[in-house]
Amino acid sequence: MLKTFPKGGVHPPENKLTAAIPIEYMPLPESVIIPLSQHIGTPSITVVNKGDSVKTGQIIATGKGFVSANIHSSVSGKVNRIDFALDSTGYKQTAVFIDVEGDEWISTIDRSKEINKEVKLSSEDIIKRCFESGIVGLGGATFPSHVKLTVPSGKKCKVLIINGVECEPYLTSDHRLMLEKGEEILTGVSILMKALKVEKAMIGIENNKPDAIAHLTKLASTFRGMTVHPLKVKYPQGAEKQLIKALTGREVPSGRLPLDVGAVVHNVGTAFAVYEAVQKNKPLIERVVTVTGKSLSKPGNYMVRTGTPLSRLIEAAGGLPGDTGKIINGGPMMGKAVINTDVPVVKGMSGVILIPREESVRNEIKPCIRCAKCISVCPVSLEPYLLMTLSEKGLFERAEKERITDCMECGCCSFTCPASRPLLDYIRLGKSSVIKMVRERNLK
Amino acid sequence: MSSTILITIITLSVLAFVSAVILYVVAQKFKVFEDPRIDEVQALLPAANCGGCGFAGCRNMAEALVKADSFEGLNCPVGGASVMAEAARILGKVAPVVDPTVAVLLCNGSPEFRPRTSQYNGASECRISHSLYLGETDCSYGCMGWGDCERACAFDALHMDPSTGLPVISDDKCVSCGACVKACPRNLIELRKKAKKDRKIYVACSNCDKGGPARKACKVACISCNKCFKVCEFDAITIADNLAYIDAKKCTFCRKCPVECPTNAIIELNFPPRKPKIEIQAEIING
Repeated sequence: MLKTFPKGGVHPPENKLTAAIPIEYMPLPESVIIPLSQHIGTPSITVVNKGDSVKTGQIIATGKGFVSANIHSSVSGKVNRIDFALDSTGYKQTAVFIDVEGDEWISTIDRSKEINKEVKLSSEDIIKRCFESGIVGLGGATFPSHVKLTVPSGKKCKVLIINGVECEPYLTSDHRLMLEKGEEILTGVSILMKALKVEKAMIGIENNKPDAIAHLTKLASTFRGMTVHPLKVKYPQGAEKQLIKALTGREVPSGRLPLDVGAVVHNVGTAFAVYEAVQKNKPLIERVVTVTGKSLSKPGNYMVRTGTPLSRLIEAAGGLPGDTGKIINGGPMMGKAVINTDVPVVKGMSGVILIPREESVRNEIKPCIRCAKCISVCPVSLEPYLLMTLSEKGLFERAEKERITDCMECGCCSFTCPASRPLLDYIRLGKSSVIKMVRERNLK
Repeated sequence: MSSTILITIITLSVLAFVSAVILYVVAQKFKVFEDPRIDEVQALLPAANCGGCGFAGCRNMAEALVKADSFEGLNCPVGGASVMAEAARILGKVAPVVDPTVAVLLCNGSPEFRPRTSQYNGASECRISHSLYLGETDCSYGCMGWGDCERACAFDALHMDPSTGLPVISDDKCVSCGACVKACPRNLIELRKKAKKDRKIYVACSNCDKGGPARKACKVACISCNKCFKVCEFDAITIADNLAYIDAKKCTFCRKCPVECPTNAIIELNFPPRKPKIEIQAEIING
């Protein structure tokens, strides 16, 4: 019997069109747009000015405060300007525009292809290197990794969980990375284990990737304390708390952190980035992005420098199909449609999905028929229909009591609703209002 | 048989008497004195329960008026000066003069001026659209047109115009209760001082971007060029955050700034047509 989380979840059509296509390196674009906020937390502060020459890997913005991350130039060239630019969140924010000239890397980066398995740095130095290299969680939440690696006093991490679930439909970037960079990922895991001072690491992979499970199981036997666990396919298994529950059987209480049950979760992409940062001294300047869609002529997995405009990615994948209705940043369940194709690739972008017009339009909203399907699929045991009504009517105090802030916005409720009600839209609104309300109350 | 009836009647009578005594005693013991003037004042108020005064309803407003030492800060915008004066007369106080106000939309971005660059397909409410992204146009400050204000208006004073996608406020019906001001997630509605014949001059824009991007997103955006600020002789215009603002209390309706504005962001309403100066001069020359 395969492990999974007990309550809720859905089975959206997988559509993993690019699972068999190897990662391809994207040619350099003519110019890049690097937003200053590519992580959760305070935006970084620029340390370059207009007209400056930068090299690949050079730091261009430093993280301010504890929950923040450094940002590095992904190309070499000249800073064209520092201006507002539309990013994948749908808002304008400050970004550094760089015109590409050649591809000159800073000398400290080890660009050799050899795999270096020996971890020399100490725990503190690893965490420091992660901060310097601007490593953030590459699963999509972009939480700065050095914060997750710093275990506060009084708490103890017992197990490191590596997330290779990739439960979102369409996306295959983690899958390909596990197949092609298995050894690097596992070395990255051993680095993370050293930083957290744990002896045990569990790698969770959904059962729809048997090749990745077999590959990593074989490799893991050569590393100490690592086990690979096949998991039953179910969305949203890749969510932190759901994965902990599936693998360890322990439930993270409402409003608490994974560390409270002695676990820390990192994505396989993050493990790879940590390997590159620690062993090769390479900052986070590129990542694997799945570019896919049913009518795309050449979908694939691309290793892309951050800041590359989406238009370049789509061009590489065979051009924008005429019937495109929506371009989604991330997976189809939790991702967000982008406004135009000038939006740059950021650290947290795992996929770009081109949805045909007929599939992109929402169905007509009908009245709630009280079938309670949303309740049965909610992985965190909430009552989405009730939360939606409460948010709609502005009854935020009641919504707080109904634990609206536990919602992780996985979208299972909206996906399953037979009346096509925009449940998550309203819950998200209610959640942000409740968080604001609580913050104001705490200030008083 | 008759004794049964007799016993029943006696028992019930005794019970009724005892209950009456208890009820009387309790009523005397827990008597709550309520100022009769509260009812009187409440009868004056419009009973709209709109919340325009800042209280939950008209009853709360009446209680506050009776309790208050002075009427400072208390005003029923729906009832207006007449109701406040009447309430002041009953309570023996003085009602301060409060200028009547009216709701005004600080955006003029109809599709002809502000092209749509994306299509929103989510739940059709402004507050949701606003929380997701900058909106269907490139202006992240302007009206999104999903009508949260229309749904908030209890006085039928505000309706969405399908041709412009913007709300139209009826000056006659608007009581400036402020429900739409609260409903708009982008704070696009302002309660401005009402003038004679509903005349208005205001900057119909809320875009705080610099001139270039603002103009690119919308042809009638304020580009903070300072022209209106320079032409104004009454210090009524201030410029902050790349946006001009006309203080309705200082504005004398001299009508100089609307002519100066290069993007027509300053709107003048309900004025007689301007005298065609150039033509008159031309006539003089010809004559």
